Amino acid sequence: MKGAQTDSIPATRLTVPVARRDHIQGPLDAPVTLLEYGDYECPACGQVFPIIKTVQERLGNTLCFAFRHFPLTNVHPHSEHAAEAAEAAGAQGKFWMMHDILFENQDALEDEDLIRYATALKLNARRLIAEVEAGAYATRLREDFMSGIRGGVNGTPTFFINGLRYDGARALNALLDAVTVR
Amino acid sequence: MANQLTRQQQSGSRKSKALPGGTRAPDFTLRSTPDQFVSLSEFQGQPIVLAFYPADWSPVCGDEMALFNEVLPEFQNLGAELVGVSVDGAWCHAAFARDRKLHFPLLADFEPKGAVARQYGVYRDGEGVSERALFVIDAEGIIYWSYVSPVGVNPGANGVLSALEDLQNKKATKESQQSKELKETK
Repeated sequence: MKGAQTDSIPATRLTVPVARRDHIQGPLDAPVTLLEYGDYECPACGQVFPIIKTVQERLGNTLCFAFRHFPLTNVHPHSEHAAEAAEAAGAQGKFWMMHDILFENQDALEDEDLIRYATALKLNARRLIAEVEAGAYATRLREDFMSGIRGGVNGTPTFFINGLRYDGARALNALLDAVTVR
Repeated sequence: MANQLTRQQQSGSRKSKALPGGTRAPDFTLRSTPDQFVSLSEFQGQPIVLAFYPADWSPVCGDEMALFNEVLPEFQNLGAELVGVSVDGAWCHAAFARDRKLHFPLLADFEPKGAVARQYGVYRDGEGVSERALFVIDAEGIIYWSYVSPVGVNPGANGVLSALEDLQNKKATKESQQSKELKETK
């Protein structure tokens, strides 16, 4: 029996398009969709976080920015609870506010910190931490993670621009070029 | 992450001499810990993923092994096991696996150095390490899929998952055919 083709290049095309299920900023039908697969405890994601903010400011409503979770939970022991906390905040209508706080405080992601952030955002902190501890959003996190794996995400942060993996530099100018040329 | 991948690097990977799909996987016995050995033949009856990588501790390897560690439950759902192989010694592997909390064995292709990587056609002469190469071996011990990545690029897990899904589909088709034949002969 002849086996599968040897040496085929792994997919680098998004297999699950950005849709209503996703956390998005900007119109879903914007001409450019920038999707990030990220991990709240990943230093490289933290570095690119303010750059993405600037890209969003520059492009305004012509950009749809989406974020999916890709926690490497064995290397980043706080990443799973952090992602759960973002989802739990999302269930109370404040995903993006928690998202920002987490990236701005990557070195303080203990459960007590998550409670503190929930309180600062005037969320129901008790409910949030109960959901975090119960892994209430584990299925969703795994969906995000596996959609990344199937689309060619090998680490974080990985970006897709209009469904194609972006392998270029993560400096502001490079990212701006990439999202405006298309 | 070393996602930067030029066309040249991609086509460069095609020249590899890695054993292709359809080849019988050479058996081997390697140390999995300082006092334990693992043989490929022990896995007969289920698919196995061999992930050759150049070295413990180097950043991309860490990422690749960390990634595979996270995808391991999906491999296992597809009935497969995963082993990592590099030329590092068993003590080095033990420290690396502990540090990265790896849940699969790392085999030491250490003495004679790189012998298994050579058998599989993925040894980098002159550098003394293996290629970053993936082999999916079926339950009968035949290589189903292989892939050699540019050494600095994490190949990801998508190719492995697709190969394992293929194998599972083939198995399901074969089983349904067999049960049909059995019914007909009755």
